[in-house]
Amino acid sequence: MILDMKQITISVNNTILVEDFFLQIASGELVALVGASGSGKSILAHSIMGIAPKNVVCQGEIRYQGEPLTKEKKRDVLGKEIVLVPQNISYLDPLMKVGRQVAKGKKDKISMEKVTKLFQKYNMHSSVMQRYPHMLSGGMARRVFIASALMEQPRLVIADEPTPGLHKEMAQMVVSHFREMAQMGAGVLMITHDLELAMDCADKIIVLYGGKIMEQTNAKSFQSENTLYHPYTKALWKAMPQNGFHTTSVTHPSKTGCPFLKGCTKSKKECMKNIIPYFQKENSIIRCIDAGGKEICF
Amino acid sequence: MAGYILKNSIRMFLLIIAVSIAAFLLMTYSPIDPLQTNVGQTALGIMSQEQIEKLETYWGSTLPPLTRYIQWAKDFFSGDMGISLLYRQPVSDIISQRLSNSIWILSAAWILSGVFGIILGMLAGIKEGTLLDHIIKSTAILFSSTPIFWFALLMLMLFSVWLKWFPIGLSVPIGVTAENVTITDRIYHGILPSFVLSIAAMPNIILHTREKMITVLESDYVLFAKAMGKSNQQIFIQHGMRNVLLPAITLQCASISEIFGGSILAEQVFSYPGLGQMAVTAGLGGDMPLLMAIVVITACFVCAGNLLADVLHHIIDPRMRFGKGNKI
Repeated sequence: MILDMKQITISVNNTILVEDFFLQIASGELVALVGASGSGKSILAHSIMGIAPKNVVCQGEIRYQGEPLTKEKKRDVLGKEIVLVPQNISYLDPLMKVGRQVAKGKKDKISMEKVTKLFQKYNMHSSVMQRYPHMLSGGMARRVFIASALMEQPRLVIADEPTPGLHKEMAQMVVSHFREMAQMGAGVLMITHDLELAMDCADKIIVLYGGKIMEQTNAKSFQSENTLYHPYTKALWKAMPQNGFHTTSVTHPSKTGCPFLKGCTKSKKECMKNIIPYFQKENSIIRCIDAGGKEICF
Repeated sequence: MAGYILKNSIRMFLLIIAVSIAAFLLMTYSPIDPLQTNVGQTALGIMSQEQIEKLETYWGSTLPPLTRYIQWAKDFFSGDMGISLLYRQPVSDIISQRLSNSIWILSAAWILSGVFGIILGMLAGIKEGTLLDHIIKSTAILFSSTPIFWFALLMLMLFSVWLKWFPIGLSVPIGVTAENVTITDRIYHGILPSFVLSIAAMPNIILHTREKMITVLESDYVLFAKAMGKSNQQIFIQHGMRNVLLPAITLQCASISEIFGGSILAEQVFSYPGLGQMAVTAGLGGDMPLLMAIVVITACFVCAGNLLADVLHHIIDPRMRFGKGNKI
C-alpha cells in the first residue's frame, strides 16, 4: 500500500472541515476523490503533503509505504516521491521561466536535458521552456505540471483538479497521462469535481460531501444506479445528463449528523446522530445506516 | 520602448507646466507683499513715490499676472532662469550651489530608506505574526504618523544638544574658510538630516514590502514550491525576493517626491542650506523667479523618478516586457 490514511480529521480554528476520512492507494491504482467545491478536497491534498496553512490541524494516521509520514519523512520525499500536480497557471511563479521552474530552480545541464526530454514527450517545443507562465495556454500549463511531476520517479501523485477549463479531448489526454503514471507503478490520487471524468479513468471513486466520505466504490459501480448504495451518490448519478438530469433541491450539507440529511427522502432520527458508522457491502464502503451490509471501523 | 518614453515625457512636460502655473498663481495671490516683507514698513514710509514705484517694478507687481507668467516661461524654457530678487544673483547659480548641498543628504536618505525599508519589510513579512514582525510593524506605523519636523527637533535635542554628537545645524563648520572644509566635515553635518529624512520615508516602504511579502508567501506558486520540497530559504531566494523586489523598486522610485517634500521641513529645522530651505526662504520672501525655478526643478526630479520606475518595471517584469505582440 503506497498511501494508507485512517481516521483523518482536519480542522481550522476548531471548525471541522474533514471528518473521519480514510484512503488507501495501492501501487498502480488511480483513485478519484469526487466532491463539490467546499467539500474539503484540496485541504486534504495539502494536508497529506503538509503544505496546508499553519492554522490547519490534521489529526489521524497517515502511512506512506508502510511507514508513518512524519515531518522528517515528508522533507525527504516531497517533490521526489510524492508530487503535486496543481490546478492552474497561478501555481507557477510569474517571474521565472517555465523550464527552470520544472527543473526546480536548477540550471545544471543534466536537469535541463531532462526537462527538454520531458517537454518533448508531452508535445511541447523546447522553446516553451524559455517562456514565462503568462505565455502558456491552459492545456500547455497542465502538461508543464505533468512534466514537472515526472522530473523524478514519483511513487504518489496527487493531482488537484487537473482538468477544469480544458475541452473534453484535452482533459482526457491529461487524465491518460495520470493513467500512464499509475502503470509505471505510482499511486495516483486525482481530486476532481468531474464525476464523468472520474468514471472514465479511475479504479476507485470516493465521494466526499460536507467533509465526510459518503461512499467509496469501484468506478464500475457508477454504470448503474443499483450498484450505488448511498442516497447522495444515487442523487449524483441521477443528476448526470445521460441519467435524466434529476436534481435535488438541497445545496448546503447539514452540519450535524449525515450531511445529506436534508436532501434524503429516507432520513430518520438516527441520521441526526453525529457519528454515523461505515458499512461494507460488496466492494463498496458506505456511510449510511440504511445501506445494509456489515458495519466496519478503521 | 522609445515611443513609450517619448509619450510619457510629453505627458510629464505638460504636467510640469501645470505645476508651474499652479505655483505661479499661488505666489501671485499669496498675502505676502514682497515690498513690505523685503523693504520693511518703516523704510517704505520714508521713501518717495518714485522710489516706491521703482521698487514695485523691480518686484514685478505692476504688470498683469498673465504677461508676467508668459515672460517668465519664455525665458525659463529658453534656459534663462532669471535673477533672484532676494539674492541679486542668477537663479541658476543659487540652485546649482544649493542642490549640490542637498543632493548628498537626499540621495543618502533615499538609498538608506530604500535598503533598510525593503530589508525590514521583507523580514517582517517572512516572520508574520511573530514578535519581530510586531515590533517592526508597530514601529513603522508609529513613525509614519510622526510629523517629520517634530522628529527632526527631537533628534536635534537628543544628539546635538544633550549628547553633543552632531552639530546643531548648517552644512559646514562655522569659522572655517570654504577651502578648508573637508569632506569629513560635510558628511558629519549631513548625517543627522539624512537620517531624519530616511526615517521619514522608511515606514511607507516597510509596510508596503511587508504586505507584498505576505501576499507572495501565501500565493499558489509558493505553495507549489513547498510541494516540490523546496526549503524556506530556496523559496525566498527563488520566488519571494524577485516578486517582492519588483513592486519595491517602483515604490522606491516614487518615494523621491516624499524625500523632496520632507527635505523642506528637515532642512529648515537643521538650518541646512539646501534646496528645501531655499524654497521656504523664496516663498516667504516673495522671490518669484527663485521659487518657480525650485518648483520646476523639483517637479522634474519627481517626474524623472516616476518615469524611471515605469521603464524599470517594463524591463524587469516579463509580463510587461516590450516586444512582439506585447506592445503598449
